[in-house]
Amino acid sequence: MSSVNLGMPGTRVAYGSGNLYEETPFPEHARSELENKQMRANIGHATHTIRTKRGRVVGELPDWQDLRDAGSAIKKEVGARLPELLEQFEANVTARGGVVHWARDAAEANGIITDLVRAKGVDEVIKVKSMATQEIGMNEHLEAQGITAHETDLAELIVQLAEDKPSHILVPAIHKNRDEIREIFSRRMPGAGAELTNEPAVLAEAARSYLREKFLDTTVAISGANFGIAETGTLTVVESEGNGRMCLTLPKTLITVMGIEKLLPRFADLEVFTQLLPRSSTGERMNPYTSMWTGVTEDDGPEEFHVILLDNGRSAVLGDPDGRSALHCIRCSACLNVCPVYEHAGGHAYGSTYPGPIGAILSPQLTGVAAEQNNSLPYASSLCGRCYEVCPVKIDIPSILVHLRDEDIRTKHGQRDDQASAQRATVLEARAAEAEASGAPVEPAEHPADFKKKRVPSEMDLLMKAAGTVMSSGTRMGLAERALPVGRGALKPFGGLKWLPGMVGGWTQERDIPVPPSQSFRNWWQKNGANAEQRVERDLGQTHLPQADGAPGPTPSLAAGIEEHAAWGAEAQAVYHLRAQRPDPEGQDTKSSEVNSTGEEPA
Amino acid sequence: MSQTDAKATILARIGHALRDEPAAPEVPRNYRRTSSLNHDDVVEMLEDRLTDYKANVYRETTETLPGRLRELLGDASTVVPDGVPDTWLPEGIEPVRDVNDSGSVLSARELDALGAVVTASTVSCAETGTIFLNSRPDEGRRALSLVPDHHVCVVPLDTVVELIPEAFERINHADPITMISGPSATSDIELERVEGVHGPRRLDVVLLG
Repeated sequence: MSSVNLGMPGTRVAYGSGNLYEETPFPEHARSELENKQMRANIGHATHTIRTKRGRVVGELPDWQDLRDAGSAIKKEVGARLPELLEQFEANVTARGGVVHWARDAAEANGIITDLVRAKGVDEVIKVKSMATQEIGMNEHLEAQGITAHETDLAELIVQLAEDKPSHILVPAIHKNRDEIREIFSRRMPGAGAELTNEPAVLAEAARSYLREKFLDTTVAISGANFGIAETGTLTVVESEGNGRMCLTLPKTLITVMGIEKLLPRFADLEVFTQLLPRSSTGERMNPYTSMWTGVTEDDGPEEFHVILLDNGRSAVLGDPDGRSALHCIRCSACLNVCPVYEHAGGHAYGSTYPGPIGAILSPQLTGVAAEQNNSLPYASSLCGRCYEVCPVKIDIPSILVHLRDEDIRTKHGQRDDQASAQRATVLEARAAEAEASGAPVEPAEHPADFKKKRVPSEMDLLMKAAGTVMSSGTRMGLAERALPVGRGALKPFGGLKWLPGMVGGWTQERDIPVPPSQSFRNWWQKNGANAEQRVERDLGQTHLPQADGAPGPTPSLAAGIEEHAAWGAEAQAVYHLRAQRPDPEGQDTKSSEVNSTGEEPA
Repeated sequence: MSQTDAKATILARIGHALRDEPAAPEVPRNYRRTSSLNHDDVVEMLEDRLTDYKANVYRETTETLPGRLRELLGDASTVVPDGVPDTWLPEGIEPVRDVNDSGSVLSARELDALGAVVTASTVSCAETGTIFLNSRPDEGRRALSLVPDHHVCVVPLDTVVELIPEAFERINHADPITMISGPSATSDIELERVEGVHGPRRLDVVLLG
C-alpha cells in the first residue's frame, strides 16, 4: 500500500514507483552525458532526421490542426470520465473472455505478471516494446524471479543484450552505432557468428533468425498498449517490425500492461489517433503494422488474455488541474525530437523511463515533485515552446514546467509541508514494498516520519531577498548605482568580468560580463534628462525623433550618451554571438542546429 | 491485498483526483471524414503510397489475376484461407489450406515452413497507404498473413477509400484487425531503413477491378 491519508476522510494520493527516478540530478547527469560525443552525434542526427520527416508528412494534411483539436478534446474527456470508462472497459473485456487486473503500483503489477507466468509453468516470455513495462521495471523483476523476458523489438533487443538503457522513446538504441551493435550481437546473441558485418540489413537479418525461434516456441507474451477502447474493450498495438504481431498472435497466453490513461471512449476515436500518432512519431504516413483485438477470439490468437490496468501515480497526476494534461501523452516522442535540451543532453540524463520535455513534466508528477530525485527535471528546459507546437494532443508542456517549478520552490520553502512529506512517504513506502516483492535487500532509507522540510534559505533566496530590498526603494537603488564607477575601475584593466562567485557563477561559466558604463542610466538621465528636450531641438530642429527614412539622426552630443549605454548591451551580444559561432570541439557548427521559429524544418 | 481492494482503491484515488469535477468537452470533429476526390485519383494515390513503402503493386482484372498470381508465387508452397475463391488461383497450383493432418489449424511451425500466403482484404485507405485485414474468411486468421515471408494481398478496387475515417466505417471491431502499410521495416540501426524484419519481407498488392 503506497498511499497515505492526508487527513481528509477518504482522501488518498498515491505516487508511482519503479523506473521513474533520476539517479543523479539532471544538471550533473547531463554534464557527463555531454562528454559522450558518439551519443550526441547520433541523437543529433536522429532528432533532425525524424523532425524533418515529421514536418513533411504533417504538412501534407490540410486538417492537422483539426485532428489535434479532436485528439486533445478526446483525451480531456477521458480524464473527466475516467472512472466510468474504466468500468466500461473492464465489462467489455470480460464479456469477450479477457481477464482484467488492477495494479496500484509497480510492485503490484510485477506481482500479478509473475503469478500469471508461473501459473503457466514457464521461465521464458517474449515481449513487445512497452513504456509501461519499462516504467515498472518488469524485466528486472522477472529476472530476480528466475523468468527471462526476451525483448523482440530490434532496438530494445540491442539495449537488452548490451545491458544498457533506452535513450529515446521511439528509437531506444539510437546512441549505439552499427559497429557497436555488430560487436554486441556477435558477443551476446546465440547463433550470431563472427561473419556478421555491420550492415543494418545483415544485423536485422541476424535478429530475425534469432527471434523467429523464440516466436515459434514461446507460449507467453507480454505487451503494452497504445490505446484501449472503453465502448468495445478493444486493445491496440502500433509497431513497425512485425514483432508485435508475432507476440500478439502466436503465443497461447497474452498479458497486456496498460496505464489507466490510455483509454479512449469510442472505437471511432481511433480514426483520430491512428492519424496523429505515426506522423508525429516516426514521420510516416502510417506505421507498417497496427494490431487490434478484443478479448479472446476462437482459433485466432491467444487462448488466454489478461490486461493489467496500471495506476502507479497516474491518479496523482490527474489530481492536479494544472498538470493533469500530461496524461494526454500518446508517447509519440515528437517533443524529444525538437527539444534543444534533449538534443544535447540525450535520453539517459533524465533518469526516468520518460525522457525529454514530456518526461520533465510526467516523471516529477508521477513521483510527486517533492521526491528529491526528480525535482531538477522541471528545470531541464529553456521554455522555448517547440514541444507544445509539435504535440499531437496539444499538451502545454512549457506552462506545466513553470507550474512544477513553482511547486518545487514552494516545497523547498516549506509552503507545502503536508503534501511534500506525504509524497516522500508514499515514495519510500512504495520502494520498500518493491524491494520486498523482488526479494532484494531493502535499502536503508530515512523513515517517512523523519522527513523534514528544508527550512534553511538557499543562496538564491538570499540573492533574491537582497535584490528585492535594493530595488524596492529608489534611494537604495540610487546608492547601489553610485557604486558602478568603483566596479568599473576594478574591472577595466581586465576588459570585463570573467568570474562571479557562488550560484551566479553559473552565469559567468558561459559568458564574460563586459565592463559596465561609467555611470548608470538613471544617473546619466538625472544630469542630462532635464535638458534633453532642448538638446534634441538644438541638434535636430523641430524634429523630436529621428526619422527612419533617411532623416538626420541625433548628433554626436546626444548620440554619445545613448551609445555608451547601448554599447554595453551590444558588447554582451557580440560575446554571445562569437561563442555561438565558434565551432565546438567536435567540429560541428552549433548554429547548424538552429531551425526556424516553428520548430519545423523546411520540407 | 485482493484485486477487489486494488480496483476500489484506484477508483477512489481517481474520484478524489477529480474532486474539482472537470467537464468532459464536446469533441470537435472538423477533420475530413469524406473524400472529395474521384475514385480513379483515390486508387492512384493508394498505388503511389504503397510503392513508396516498397510494396509491389499490380493492376489486374478477374481474367488476368490467376496469371499474375502464378508469376508472383512461382513454385512457393502457398497457404490460402478457405474463403479465397478458387477462380483467383491459377490452374496447376495446389494451395495449402489452413488445416493439418489431425484436423486442426496449421501450427506456427507448419506455417513457418510455407513460402507464401494469398489473402483478400476488407478496406484500404489511400491517403496513408494502409490495407485493413479484418479476419474474414477470405483473409484468414492473423497468423496466416504474418508467418510466411511473402504476402500477396488482393485489394478489390471498390474497397479503396481515401481517408482513415472512411476506412474505419467499414471495419468490424469485434473481430481482430490488422492494418498493413507496406512490408515490415525497422529504422533502429542508425535510422537506416531496412525493409523486412519479422513480418513478410515481400508484400505484393494486386489491385483488382
